[in-house]
Amino acid sequence: MRKALSTLWDGRGFDLLLVGIPLVFLIAISGSALVYNVIMSFQEVDIFSLGTFFRPFVGLDNYIAVLTDPQAWPIFGNTLIFVLCSLGGQFLFGFFLALFFNMQFPGSTYLRGLFLVSWVMPGLVTGAIWNWLLAGDFGVINFFLESIGVIDDPIFWRSSPDFALWSVIITNIWFGTAFNMILLSVGLAAIPKDLYEAASLDGANAFRRFYTITLPMMRPTIGALLSLGLIFTLQQFDLFAAITDGGPNNSSNVAQYWAWQLSFREYDFARGATVSVLMITLVIIAAVFYVRSTRHEVRG
Amino acid sequence: MTPTTRNTLLIACGLVLAAIYLFPLYWMYVTALKTSTAMFAAPPSFVPPNPQWDVFAGVWVERHMATYLKNSLIIASCSVLFIATLGSGCAYVLARYRSVWVDVGLFLVLMLQVLPASLMVTPIFVGFSQIGLLDYPRIAVIVAITAKAMPFFVVLVRATFMNVPAELEEAALVDGNSRFGAFFHIVLPLARNGILVSALLIFMQAFGEFVYSKSLIQDVELQPASVGLSTFMGPNSVDWNRIMAYASIYVTPILAAFVLLQRKIVSGLTSGALK
Repeated sequence: MRKALSTLWDGRGFDLLLVGIPLVFLIAISGSALVYNVIMSFQEVDIFSLGTFFRPFVGLDNYIAVLTDPQAWPIFGNTLIFVLCSLGGQFLFGFFLALFFNMQFPGSTYLRGLFLVSWVMPGLVTGAIWNWLLAGDFGVINFFLESIGVIDDPIFWRSSPDFALWSVIITNIWFGTAFNMILLSVGLAAIPKDLYEAASLDGANAFRRFYTITLPMMRPTIGALLSLGLIFTLQQFDLFAAITDGGPNNSSNVAQYWAWQLSFREYDFARGATVSVLMITLVIIAAVFYVRSTRHEVRG
Repeated sequence: MTPTTRNTLLIACGLVLAAIYLFPLYWMYVTALKTSTAMFAAPPSFVPPNPQWDVFAGVWVERHMATYLKNSLIIASCSVLFIATLGSGCAYVLARYRSVWVDVGLFLVLMLQVLPASLMVTPIFVGFSQIGLLDYPRIAVIVAITAKAMPFFVVLVRATFMNVPAELEEAALVDGNSRFGAFFHIVLPLARNGILVSALLIFMQAFGEFVYSKSLIQDVELQPASVGLSTFMGPNSVDWNRIMAYASIYVTPILAAFVLLQRKIVSGLTSGALK
Protein backbone atom coordinates (compact mmCIF):
# COMPACT_ATOMS: atom_id res chain seq x y z
CA MET A 1 0.00 0.00 0.00
CA ARG A 2 2.74 2.42 0.97
CA LYS A 3 4.60 1.48 -2.14
CA ALA A 4 1.55 2.17 -4.28
CA LEU A 5 1.19 5.56 -2.67
CA SER A 6 4.84 6.54 -2.93
CA THR A 7 4.82 5.93 -6.65
CA LEU A 8 2.47 8.90 -6.86
CA TRP A 9 5.23 11.32 -5.98
CA ASP A 10 8.25 9.28 -6.92
CA GLY A 11 7.57 7.09 -9.89
CA ARG A 12 5.43 6.22 -12.82
CA GLY A 13 2.31 7.10 -10.88
CA PHE A 14 3.47 10.70 -10.72
CA ASP A 15 3.48 10.98 -14.50
CA LEU A 16 0.18 9.18 -14.84
CA LEU A 17 -1.39 11.51 -12.31
CA LEU A 18 -0.09 14.63 -14.05
CA VAL A 19 -1.26 13.58 -17.47
CA GLY A 20 -4.29 11.59 -16.35
CA ILE A 21 -6.31 14.23 -14.53
CA PRO A 22 -6.30 16.78 -17.38
CA LEU A 23 -6.99 14.15 -20.01
CA VAL A 24 -9.85 12.68 -18.02
CA PHE A 25 -11.25 16.18 -17.58
CA LEU A 26 -10.93 16.96 -21.28
CA ILE A 27 -12.54 13.70 -22.30
CA ALA A 28 -15.30 14.14 -19.72
CA ILE A 29 -16.22 17.57 -21.09
CA SER A 30 -15.19 17.81 -24.75
CA GLY A 31 -15.22 14.10 -25.54
CA SER A 32 -18.63 13.46 -24.08
CA ALA A 33 -19.97 16.65 -25.65
CA LEU A 34 -18.80 15.37 -29.02
CA VAL A 35 -20.54 12.03 -28.52
CA TYR A 36 -23.65 13.66 -27.13
CA ASN A 37 -23.74 15.97 -30.13
CA VAL A 38 -23.83 13.00 -32.51
CA ILE A 39 -26.54 11.30 -30.44
CA MET A 40 -28.69 14.44 -30.41
CA SER A 41 -28.40 14.77 -34.16
CA PHE A 42 -30.33 11.49 -34.45
CA GLN A 43 -32.95 12.44 -31.87
CA GLU A 44 -35.96 14.64 -31.67
CA VAL A 45 -34.99 17.38 -29.24
CA ASP A 46 -37.24 20.24 -28.31
CA ILE A 47 -37.61 22.53 -25.36
CA PHE A 48 -39.81 19.96 -23.57
CA SER A 49 -37.60 16.93 -24.01
CA LEU A 50 -34.51 18.93 -23.15
CA GLY A 51 -34.30 17.57 -19.61
CA THR A 52 -34.48 13.87 -20.41
CA PHE A 53 -31.88 11.56 -21.91
CA PHE A 54 -34.49 9.25 -23.44
CA ARG A 55 -35.73 11.10 -26.44
CA PRO A 56 -37.26 9.47 -29.49
CA PHE A 57 -34.77 8.52 -32.17
CA VAL A 58 -35.68 9.79 -35.60
CA GLY A 59 -32.98 8.27 -37.76
CA LEU A 60 -31.69 10.57 -40.44
CA ASP A 61 -34.65 12.97 -40.26
CA ASN A 62 -32.58 15.84 -38.84
CA TYR A 63 -29.97 15.47 -41.55
CA ILE A 64 -32.64 15.40 -44.23
CA ALA A 65 -34.32 18.44 -42.68
CA VAL A 66 -31.05 20.37 -42.58
CA LEU A 67 -29.90 19.46 -46.06
CA THR A 68 -33.27 20.17 -47.69
CA ASP A 69 -33.69 23.47 -45.87
CA PRO A 70 -33.77 26.22 -48.53
CA GLN A 71 -31.42 28.25 -46.32
CA ALA A 72 -28.86 25.48 -46.06
CA TRP A 73 -27.04 25.61 -49.38
CA PRO A 74 -26.71 29.39 -49.57
CA ILE A 75 -25.29 29.24 -46.04
CA PHE A 76 -22.83 26.50 -46.93
CA GLY A 77 -21.87 28.53 -50.00
CA ASN A 78 -21.28 31.57 -47.78
CA THR A 79 -19.16 29.43 -45.49
CA LEU A 80 -17.00 28.40 -48.42
CA ILE A 81 -16.61 32.01 -49.63
CA PHE A 82 -15.89 33.18 -46.12
CA VAL A 83 -13.25 30.51 -45.53
CA LEU A 84 -11.50 30.84 -48.89
CA CYS A 85 -11.44 34.65 -48.96
CA SER A 86 -10.45 35.02 -45.31
CA LEU A 87 -7.70 32.43 -45.67
CA GLY A 88 -6.42 33.92 -48.91
CA GLY A 89 -6.52 37.51 -47.65
CA GLN A 90 -4.91 36.76 -44.29
CA PHE A 91 -2.23 34.68 -45.93
CA LEU A 92 -1.34 37.13 -48.71
CA PHE A 93 -1.26 40.21 -46.48
CA GLY A 94 0.54 38.22 -43.81
CA PHE A 95 3.14 36.96 -46.28
CA PHE A 96 3.69 40.44 -47.67
CA LEU A 97 4.21 41.89 -44.18
CA ALA A 98 6.42 38.97 -43.14
CA LEU A 99 8.64 39.49 -46.20
CA PHE A 100 8.82 43.20 -45.50
CA PHE A 101 9.75 42.82 -41.84
CA ASN A 102 12.22 40.08 -42.73
CA MET A 103 14.44 42.83 -44.22
CA GLN A 104 16.08 43.40 -40.85
CA PHE A 105 16.08 47.06 -39.82
CA PRO A 106 16.26 48.73 -36.40
CA GLY A 107 13.01 48.18 -34.55
CA SER A 108 11.63 45.71 -37.08
CA THR A 109 10.97 43.01 -34.47
CA TYR A 110 9.20 45.42 -32.18
CA LEU A 111 7.05 46.95 -34.91
CA ARG A 112 6.15 43.51 -36.21
CA GLY A 113 5.10 42.39 -32.75
CA LEU A 114 2.75 45.37 -32.40
CA PHE A 115 0.62 44.04 -35.25
CA LEU A 116 -0.42 41.13 -33.06
CA VAL A 117 -2.72 43.34 -30.97
CA SER A 118 -5.41 42.62 -33.54
CA TRP A 119 -5.19 39.00 -32.51
CA VAL A 120 -5.26 39.37 -28.71
CA MET A 121 -8.18 41.82 -28.62
CA PRO A 122 -11.62 40.53 -27.65
CA GLY A 123 -13.46 39.59 -30.84
CA LEU A 124 -16.46 41.67 -29.82
CA VAL A 125 -14.30 44.79 -29.57
CA THR A 126 -12.85 44.13 -33.03
CA GLY A 127 -16.38 43.68 -34.31
CA ALA A 128 -17.59 46.88 -32.66
CA ILE A 129 -14.74 48.95 -34.10
CA TRP A 130 -15.24 47.60 -37.62
CA ASN A 131 -18.98 48.08 -37.31
CA TRP A 132 -18.29 51.75 -36.96
CA LEU A 133 -15.50 51.88 -39.57
CA LEU A 134 -17.84 50.21 -42.07
CA ALA A 135 -20.93 52.23 -41.18
CA GLY A 136 -22.89 53.33 -44.24
CA ASP A 137 -23.50 57.07 -43.83
CA PHE A 138 -20.67 58.16 -41.56
CA GLY A 139 -18.19 55.30 -41.79
CA VAL A 140 -14.62 56.34 -42.32
CA ILE A 141 -13.95 53.56 -44.85
CA ASN A 142 -16.62 54.91 -47.16
CA PHE A 143 -15.07 58.34 -46.67
CA PHE A 144 -11.63 57.06 -47.75
CA LEU A 145 -13.05 55.18 -50.72
CA GLU A 146 -15.02 58.23 -51.84
CA SER A 147 -12.11 60.60 -51.48
CA ILE A 148 -9.82 58.46 -53.63
CA GLY A 149 -12.63 58.10 -56.13
CA VAL A 150 -13.26 54.35 -55.97
CA ILE A 151 -16.96 54.78 -55.21
CA ASP A 152 -19.42 57.62 -55.74
CA ASP A 153 -22.09 56.68 -53.25
CA PRO A 154 -21.55 55.21 -49.80
CA ILE A 155 -21.72 51.43 -49.59
CA PHE A 156 -24.02 50.13 -46.89
CA TRP A 157 -21.63 47.39 -45.93
CA ARG A 158 -23.55 45.76 -43.15
CA SER A 159 -27.12 46.14 -44.35
CA SER A 160 -26.74 45.40 -48.05
CA PRO A 161 -27.08 41.70 -48.93
CA ASP A 162 -24.28 42.08 -51.48
CA PHE A 163 -21.74 43.41 -49.02
CA ALA A 164 -22.72 42.03 -45.59
CA LEU A 165 -20.61 38.89 -45.92
CA TRP A 166 -17.72 40.98 -47.22
CA SER A 167 -17.79 43.27 -44.24
CA VAL A 168 -17.20 40.24 -42.00
CA ILE A 169 -14.54 38.87 -44.35
CA ILE A 170 -12.65 42.19 -44.36
CA THR A 171 -12.74 42.32 -40.58
CA ASN A 172 -11.63 38.73 -40.30
CA ILE A 173 -8.72 39.37 -42.66
CA TRP A 174 -7.64 42.28 -40.46
CA PHE A 175 -7.98 40.08 -37.40
CA GLY A 176 -5.94 37.17 -38.75
CA THR A 177 -3.26 38.87 -40.86
CA ALA A 178 -0.99 39.52 -37.88
CA PHE A 179 -1.07 35.91 -36.73
CA ASN A 180 -0.21 34.71 -40.23
CA MET A 181 2.59 37.23 -40.46
CA ILE A 182 4.18 36.20 -37.17
CA LEU A 183 4.17 32.49 -38.00
CA LEU A 184 5.41 33.12 -41.55
CA SER A 185 8.19 35.29 -40.13
CA VAL A 186 9.35 32.34 -38.04
CA GLY A 187 9.50 30.21 -41.17
CA LEU A 188 11.37 32.90 -43.11
CA ALA A 189 13.91 33.38 -40.36
CA ALA A 190 14.67 29.65 -40.43
CA ILE A 191 15.80 29.67 -44.08
CA PRO A 192 19.63 29.61 -44.17
CA LYS A 193 20.95 32.93 -45.50
CA ASP A 194 23.77 31.30 -47.49
CA LEU A 195 21.20 29.77 -49.85
CA TYR A 196 20.29 33.28 -50.99
CA GLU A 197 23.92 34.30 -51.27
CA ALA A 198 24.73 31.28 -53.40
CA ALA A 199 21.73 31.97 -55.64
CA SER A 200 22.72 35.63 -56.06
CA LEU A 201 26.21 34.56 -57.08
CA ASP A 202 24.65 32.26 -59.64
CA GLY A 203 22.80 35.27 -61.02
CA ALA A 204 19.24 34.59 -59.78
CA ASN A 205 17.20 37.77 -59.41
CA ALA A 206 14.94 38.49 -56.42
CA PHE A 207 11.87 37.09 -58.16
CA ARG A 208 13.63 33.83 -59.00
CA ARG A 209 15.11 33.53 -55.53
CA PHE A 210 11.60 33.82 -54.12
CA TYR A 211 10.24 31.04 -56.34
CA THR A 212 13.18 28.66 -56.11
CA ILE A 213 14.24 29.17 -52.48
CA THR A 214 11.66 30.96 -50.32
CA LEU A 215 8.53 29.16 -51.46
CA PRO A 216 9.94 25.60 -51.45
CA MET A 217 11.64 26.13 -48.08
CA MET A 218 8.43 27.51 -46.64
CA ARG A 219 6.27 24.63 -47.77
CA PRO A 220 5.90 22.92 -44.38
CA THR A 221 5.17 26.25 -42.67
CA ILE A 222 2.64 27.24 -45.30
CA GLY A 223 0.91 23.87 -45.11
CA ALA A 224 0.63 24.02 -41.35
CA LEU A 225 -0.45 27.64 -41.40
CA LEU A 226 -3.18 27.13 -43.98
CA SER A 227 -4.69 24.23 -42.06
CA LEU A 228 -4.43 26.22 -38.83
CA GLY A 229 -6.04 29.16 -40.64
CA LEU A 230 -8.87 26.94 -41.84
CA ILE A 231 -9.44 25.78 -38.27
CA PHE A 232 -9.43 29.35 -36.92
CA THR A 233 -11.71 30.59 -39.70
CA LEU A 234 -14.26 27.90 -38.96
CA GLN A 235 -14.15 28.98 -35.31
CA GLN A 236 -14.98 32.59 -36.14
CA PHE A 237 -18.18 33.50 -34.37
CA ASP A 238 -17.73 36.79 -32.53
CA LEU A 239 -17.43 38.89 -35.67
CA PHE A 240 -20.71 37.56 -37.05
CA ALA A 241 -22.41 38.24 -33.74
CA ALA A 242 -20.98 41.75 -33.59
CA ILE A 243 -21.28 42.91 -37.19
CA THR A 244 -24.15 41.39 -39.18
CA ASP A 245 -25.82 38.77 -37.00
CA GLY A 246 -25.89 36.62 -40.14
CA GLY A 247 -28.26 39.00 -41.87
CA PRO A 248 -29.77 40.60 -43.78
CA ASN A 249 -31.91 37.59 -44.58
CA ASN A 250 -29.04 35.10 -44.01
CA SER A 251 -26.95 36.72 -46.76
CA SER A 252 -23.94 36.79 -44.46
CA ASN A 253 -24.72 33.67 -42.47
CA VAL A 254 -22.20 30.84 -42.21
CA ALA A 255 -22.60 27.30 -40.91
CA GLN A 256 -20.95 27.78 -37.52
CA TYR A 257 -23.18 30.78 -36.80
CA TRP A 258 -26.27 29.07 -38.18
CA ALA A 259 -25.71 26.09 -35.90
CA TRP A 260 -25.72 28.42 -32.92
CA GLN A 261 -28.80 30.30 -34.17
CA LEU A 262 -30.73 27.05 -34.65
CA SER A 263 -30.02 26.03 -31.07
CA PHE A 264 -30.20 29.32 -29.21
CA ARG A 265 -32.59 31.44 -31.26
CA GLU A 266 -35.00 28.80 -32.58
CA TYR A 267 -34.40 26.34 -29.72
CA ASP A 268 -34.15 23.58 -32.30
CA PHE A 269 -31.28 21.79 -30.59
CA ALA A 270 -31.51 18.72 -32.80
CA ARG A 271 -30.91 20.64 -35.98
CA GLY A 272 -28.27 22.78 -34.27
CA ALA A 273 -26.50 19.58 -33.27
CA THR A 274 -26.83 18.22 -36.80
CA VAL A 275 -25.16 21.24 -38.40
CA SER A 276 -22.50 21.06 -35.66
CA VAL A 277 -21.76 17.42 -36.43
CA LEU A 278 -21.34 18.19 -40.13
CA MET A 279 -19.01 21.10 -39.46
CA ILE A 280 -17.00 19.35 -36.73
CA THR A 281 -16.30 16.54 -39.20
CA LEU A 282 -14.86 19.13 -41.55
CA VAL A 283 -12.77 20.73 -38.80
CA ILE A 284 -11.36 17.37 -37.74
CA ILE A 285 -10.32 16.60 -41.31
CA ALA A 286 -8.50 19.96 -41.40
CA ALA A 287 -6.94 19.16 -38.04
CA VAL A 288 -5.55 15.88 -39.32
CA PHE A 289 -3.83 17.80 -42.11
CA TYR A 290 -2.48 20.26 -39.55
CA VAL A 291 -1.10 17.50 -37.35
CA ARG A 292 0.44 15.80 -40.36
CA SER A 293 2.21 18.96 -41.47
CA THR A 294 3.62 19.61 -38.02
CA ARG A 295 4.38 15.96 -37.39
CA HIS A 296 8.14 16.44 -37.24
CA GLU A 297 7.61 18.90 -34.40
CA VAL A 298 5.01 16.78 -32.66
CA ARG A 299 7.37 13.82 -32.46
CA GLY A 300 10.01 16.09 -31.00
CA MET B 1 22.25 53.52 -51.15
CA THR B 2 24.07 53.69 -47.84
CA PRO B 3 22.93 51.39 -45.02
CA THR B 4 21.64 54.42 -43.08
CA THR B 5 19.35 55.65 -45.86
CA ARG B 6 18.16 52.11 -46.40
CA ASN B 7 17.33 51.78 -42.71
CA THR B 8 15.59 55.16 -42.55
CA LEU B 9 13.54 54.28 -45.59
CA LEU B 10 12.58 50.88 -44.21
CA ILE B 11 11.70 52.32 -40.80
CA ALA B 12 9.50 54.91 -42.51
CA CYS B 13 7.72 52.22 -44.55
CA GLY B 14 7.34 50.04 -41.44
CA LEU B 15 5.82 52.89 -39.49
CA VAL B 16 3.39 53.67 -42.31
CA LEU B 17 2.33 50.01 -42.53
CA ALA B 18 1.86 49.83 -38.77
CA ALA B 19 -0.10 53.08 -38.79
CA ILE B 20 -2.46 51.77 -41.48
CA TYR B 21 -2.89 48.46 -39.72
CA LEU B 22 -3.49 49.98 -36.31
CA PHE B 23 -5.73 52.78 -37.59
CA PRO B 24 -8.93 51.01 -36.36
CA LEU B 25 -7.64 51.23 -32.78
CA TYR B 26 -6.80 54.91 -33.19
CA TRP B 27 -10.27 55.49 -34.62
CA MET B 28 -11.83 53.80 -31.60
CA TYR B 29 -10.13 56.22 -29.18
CA VAL B 30 -10.77 59.26 -31.38
CA THR B 31 -14.45 58.43 -31.80
CA ALA B 32 -14.86 57.89 -28.07
CA LEU B 33 -13.65 61.43 -27.44
CA LYS B 34 -15.93 63.09 -30.00
CA THR B 35 -19.23 64.79 -29.31
CA SER B 36 -22.29 63.30 -31.01
CA THR B 37 -22.23 66.08 -33.61
CA ALA B 38 -18.49 65.85 -34.28
CA MET B 39 -18.90 62.10 -34.70
CA PHE B 40 -21.28 62.54 -37.66
CA ALA B 41 -19.41 65.45 -39.24
CA ALA B 42 -18.53 65.20 -42.92
CA PRO B 43 -15.68 65.12 -43.68
CA PRO B 44 -14.70 63.36 -40.43
CA SER B 45 -12.04 65.02 -38.32
CA PHE B 46 -9.05 62.88 -37.42
CA VAL B 47 -8.29 64.72 -34.23
CA PRO B 48 -11.28 65.27 -31.94
CA PRO B 49 -12.04 69.02 -32.00
CA ASN B 50 -13.40 69.18 -28.48
CA PRO B 51 -12.37 66.00 -26.61
CA GLN B 52 -14.97 64.74 -24.18
CA TRP B 53 -12.93 63.09 -21.46
CA ASP B 54 -15.87 62.55 -19.15
CA VAL B 55 -17.45 60.10 -21.60
CA PHE B 56 -15.48 57.26 -20.00
CA ALA B 57 -16.80 57.90 -16.52
CA GLY B 58 -20.31 58.34 -17.91
CA VAL B 59 -20.30 55.06 -19.83
CA TRP B 60 -18.64 53.26 -16.93
CA VAL B 61 -21.52 54.12 -14.61
CA GLU B 62 -24.39 54.03 -17.06
CA ARG B 63 -23.51 50.67 -18.65
CA HIS B 64 -22.65 49.03 -15.29
CA MET B 65 -19.18 48.28 -16.52
CA ALA B 66 -17.87 47.58 -13.04
CA THR B 67 -20.14 44.51 -12.81
CA TYR B 68 -19.39 43.35 -16.34
CA LEU B 69 -15.63 43.70 -15.97
CA LYS B 70 -15.70 42.04 -12.56
CA ASN B 71 -17.44 39.05 -14.14
CA SER B 72 -14.95 38.99 -17.02
CA LEU B 73 -12.12 39.04 -14.50
CA ILE B 74 -13.63 36.24 -12.41
CA ILE B 75 -14.25 34.06 -15.44
CA ALA B 76 -10.83 34.70 -16.97
CA SER B 77 -8.85 34.28 -13.75
CA CYS B 78 -10.58 31.09 -12.67
CA SER B 79 -10.22 29.58 -16.14
CA VAL B 80 -6.52 30.44 -16.28
CA LEU B 81 -5.98 29.06 -12.80
CA PHE B 82 -7.57 25.72 -13.72
CA ILE B 83 -5.86 25.58 -17.08
CA ALA B 84 -2.40 26.38 -15.72
CA THR B 85 -2.73 23.94 -12.81
CA LEU B 86 -3.99 21.03 -14.88
CA GLY B 87 -2.26 21.87 -18.14
CA SER B 88 1.31 22.37 -16.91
CA GLY B 89 1.62 18.82 -15.58
CA CYS B 90 0.09 17.41 -18.73
CA ALA B 91 2.47 19.42 -20.92
CA TYR B 92 5.42 18.29 -18.82
CA VAL B 93 4.70 14.59 -19.23
CA LEU B 94 4.02 15.00 -22.95
CA ALA B 95 7.35 16.81 -23.33
CA ARG B 96 9.41 14.50 -21.13
CA TYR B 97 8.76 11.14 -22.76
CA ARG B 98 8.59 9.70 -26.20
CA SER B 99 6.35 6.74 -26.75
CA VAL B 100 3.31 5.67 -28.69
CA TRP B 101 1.13 6.68 -25.75
CA VAL B 102 2.59 10.16 -25.67
CA ASP B 103 1.88 10.47 -29.38
CA VAL B 104 -1.69 9.35 -28.79
CA GLY B 105 -2.10 11.85 -25.95
CA LEU B 106 -0.66 14.64 -28.06
CA PHE B 107 -2.89 13.78 -30.98
CA LEU B 108 -5.88 13.86 -28.66
CA VAL B 109 -4.88 17.25 -27.28
CA LEU B 110 -4.36 18.69 -30.76
CA MET B 111 -7.74 17.39 -31.91
CA LEU B 112 -9.54 18.87 -28.90
CA GLN B 113 -7.81 22.19 -29.52
CA VAL B 114 -9.56 22.69 -32.85
CA LEU B 115 -13.20 22.14 -31.90
CA PRO B 116 -15.05 25.43 -32.49
CA ALA B 117 -16.83 26.77 -29.43
CA SER B 118 -19.89 27.79 -31.41
CA LEU B 119 -20.38 24.17 -32.48
CA MET B 120 -19.61 22.60 -29.10
CA VAL B 121 -21.93 24.92 -27.21
CA THR B 122 -25.10 23.06 -28.27
CA PRO B 123 -24.24 19.72 -26.59
CA ILE B 124 -22.55 21.54 -23.70
CA PHE B 125 -25.65 23.64 -23.03
CA VAL B 126 -28.01 20.65 -23.15
CA GLY B 127 -25.67 18.43 -21.13
CA PHE B 128 -24.93 21.06 -18.49
CA SER B 129 -28.61 21.86 -18.10
CA GLN B 130 -29.34 18.17 -17.55
CA ILE B 131 -26.72 17.75 -14.82
CA GLY B 132 -27.83 21.03 -13.24
CA LEU B 133 -24.59 22.92 -13.85
CA LEU B 134 -26.47 25.75 -15.56
CA ASP B 135 -27.75 26.80 -12.14
CA TYR B 136 -24.20 28.03 -11.57
CA PRO B 137 -23.71 29.70 -14.94
CA ARG B 138 -20.31 31.25 -14.26
CA ILE B 139 -18.90 27.90 -13.17
CA ALA B 140 -20.42 26.35 -16.29
CA VAL B 141 -18.66 28.93 -18.46
CA ILE B 142 -15.37 28.44 -16.61
CA VAL B 143 -15.57 24.66 -17.11
CA ALA B 144 -16.38 25.11 -20.80
CA ILE B 145 -13.55 27.62 -21.36
CA THR B 146 -11.12 25.38 -19.47
CA ALA B 147 -11.95 22.45 -21.72
CA LYS B 148 -11.70 24.65 -24.80
CA ALA B 149 -8.46 26.49 -24.05
CA MET B 150 -6.42 23.93 -22.12
CA PRO B 151 -5.20 22.05 -25.21
CA PHE B 152 -3.75 25.27 -26.64
CA PHE B 153 -2.01 25.95 -23.34
CA VAL B 154 -0.61 22.41 -23.27
CA VAL B 155 0.80 22.81 -26.80
CA LEU B 156 2.46 26.12 -25.90
CA VAL B 157 3.86 25.03 -22.54
CA ARG B 158 5.06 21.70 -23.86
CA ALA B 159 7.45 23.62 -26.12
CA THR B 160 8.83 25.34 -23.00
CA PHE B 161 9.36 22.06 -21.18
CA MET B 162 11.17 20.67 -24.21
CA ASN B 163 13.80 23.36 -23.63
CA VAL B 164 14.39 22.39 -20.00
CA PRO B 165 17.36 20.00 -20.08
CA ALA B 166 16.43 16.57 -18.76
CA GLU B 167 19.94 16.32 -17.24
CA LEU B 168 19.04 18.95 -14.64
CA GLU B 169 16.11 16.88 -13.47
CA GLU B 170 18.18 13.70 -13.44
CA ALA B 171 20.84 15.44 -11.38
CA ALA B 172 18.17 16.46 -8.87
CA LEU B 173 16.97 12.86 -8.68
CA VAL B 174 20.54 11.63 -8.07
CA ASP B 175 20.83 14.18 -5.28
CA GLY B 176 17.95 12.46 -3.54
CA ASN B 177 14.92 14.44 -4.67
CA SER B 178 11.69 12.60 -5.30
CA ARG B 179 10.08 13.00 -8.73
CA PHE B 180 7.61 15.29 -7.03
CA GLY B 181 10.38 17.43 -5.54
CA ALA B 182 12.39 17.55 -8.76
CA PHE B 183 9.33 18.65 -10.71
CA PHE B 184 8.31 21.39 -8.30
CA HIS B 185 11.76 22.66 -7.33
CA ILE B 186 13.75 22.25 -10.53
CA VAL B 187 11.59 21.86 -13.64
CA LEU B 188 8.72 24.23 -12.84
CA PRO B 189 10.90 27.20 -11.86
CA LEU B 190 12.92 26.78 -15.05
CA ALA B 191 9.76 26.76 -17.17
CA ARG B 192 8.15 29.58 -15.22
CA ASN B 193 8.46 32.25 -17.90
CA GLY B 194 6.95 30.10 -20.61
CA ILE B 195 4.09 29.10 -18.36
CA LEU B 196 3.39 32.71 -17.37
CA VAL B 197 3.39 33.95 -20.95
CA SER B 198 1.10 31.17 -22.10
CA ALA B 199 -1.17 31.81 -19.13
CA LEU B 200 -1.31 35.47 -20.11
CA LEU B 201 -2.30 34.57 -23.66
CA ILE B 202 -5.04 32.29 -22.34
CA PHE B 203 -6.15 35.02 -19.97
CA MET B 204 -6.53 37.47 -22.84
CA GLN B 205 -8.60 34.96 -24.77
CA ALA B 206 -10.80 34.15 -21.79
CA PHE B 207 -11.20 37.85 -20.96
CA GLY B 208 -12.79 38.39 -24.37
CA GLU B 209 -14.68 35.09 -24.55
CA PHE B 210 -18.17 35.45 -25.96
CA VAL B 211 -19.89 32.28 -27.27
CA TYR B 212 -20.12 30.34 -24.02
CA SER B 213 -20.91 33.38 -21.88
CA LYS B 214 -23.64 34.52 -24.26
CA SER B 215 -25.23 31.07 -24.45
CA LEU B 216 -24.88 29.80 -20.89
CA ILE B 217 -25.38 32.95 -18.75
CA GLN B 218 -28.89 34.41 -18.79
CA ASP B 219 -28.59 36.56 -15.68
CA VAL B 220 -27.37 40.07 -16.61
CA GLU B 221 -25.69 40.42 -13.22
CA LEU B 222 -23.36 37.52 -14.06
CA GLN B 223 -22.54 38.34 -17.67
CA PRO B 224 -19.02 39.39 -18.74
CA ALA B 225 -18.09 42.57 -20.61
CA SER B 226 -18.16 40.92 -24.05
CA VAL B 227 -21.87 40.14 -23.64
CA GLY B 228 -22.39 43.62 -22.24
CA LEU B 229 -20.84 45.12 -25.36
CA SER B 230 -23.05 43.08 -27.67
CA THR B 231 -26.13 44.19 -25.70
CA PHE B 232 -24.97 47.81 -25.96
CA MET B 233 -24.47 47.61 -29.73
CA GLY B 234 -27.96 46.37 -30.57
CA PRO B 235 -29.16 46.28 -34.17
CA ASN B 236 -29.79 49.99 -34.82
CA SER B 237 -27.47 51.77 -32.45
CA VAL B 238 -26.14 55.19 -33.38
CA ASP B 239 -24.40 55.81 -30.08
CA TRP B 240 -21.00 55.15 -31.58
CA ASN B 241 -18.98 57.49 -29.42
CA ARG B 242 -20.23 55.80 -26.28
CA ILE B 243 -19.89 52.31 -27.73
CA MET B 244 -16.30 53.16 -28.63
CA ALA B 245 -15.77 54.49 -25.10
CA TYR B 246 -17.02 51.14 -23.74
CA ALA B 247 -14.71 49.29 -26.12
CA SER B 248 -11.77 51.50 -25.10
CA ILE B 249 -12.28 50.83 -21.41
CA TYR B 250 -12.61 47.11 -22.09
CA VAL B 251 -9.61 46.73 -24.36
CA THR B 252 -7.07 49.21 -22.96
CA PRO B 253 -5.81 46.97 -20.12
CA ILE B 254 -5.25 44.17 -22.62
CA LEU B 255 -3.44 46.50 -25.03
CA ALA B 256 -1.26 47.84 -22.21
CA ALA B 257 -0.30 44.36 -21.04
CA PHE B 258 0.39 43.33 -24.59
CA VAL B 259 2.58 46.31 -25.48
CA LEU B 260 4.61 45.87 -22.29
CA LEU B 261 5.16 42.15 -22.75
CA GLN B 262 4.87 41.75 -26.51
CA ARG B 263 8.39 40.41 -27.08
CA LYS B 264 7.78 37.55 -24.65
CA ILE B 265 4.25 36.90 -25.87
CA VAL B 266 5.32 36.71 -29.50
CA SER B 267 8.20 34.36 -28.79
CA GLY B 268 6.03 32.18 -26.55
CA LEU B 269 3.44 31.95 -29.28
CA THR B 270 5.86 31.13 -32.07
CA SER B 271 7.74 28.47 -30.15
CA GLY B 272 4.62 26.46 -29.49
CA ALA B 273 2.11 26.92 -32.25
CA LEU B 274 4.39 26.02 -35.11
CA LYS B 275 8.00 25.17 -35.70
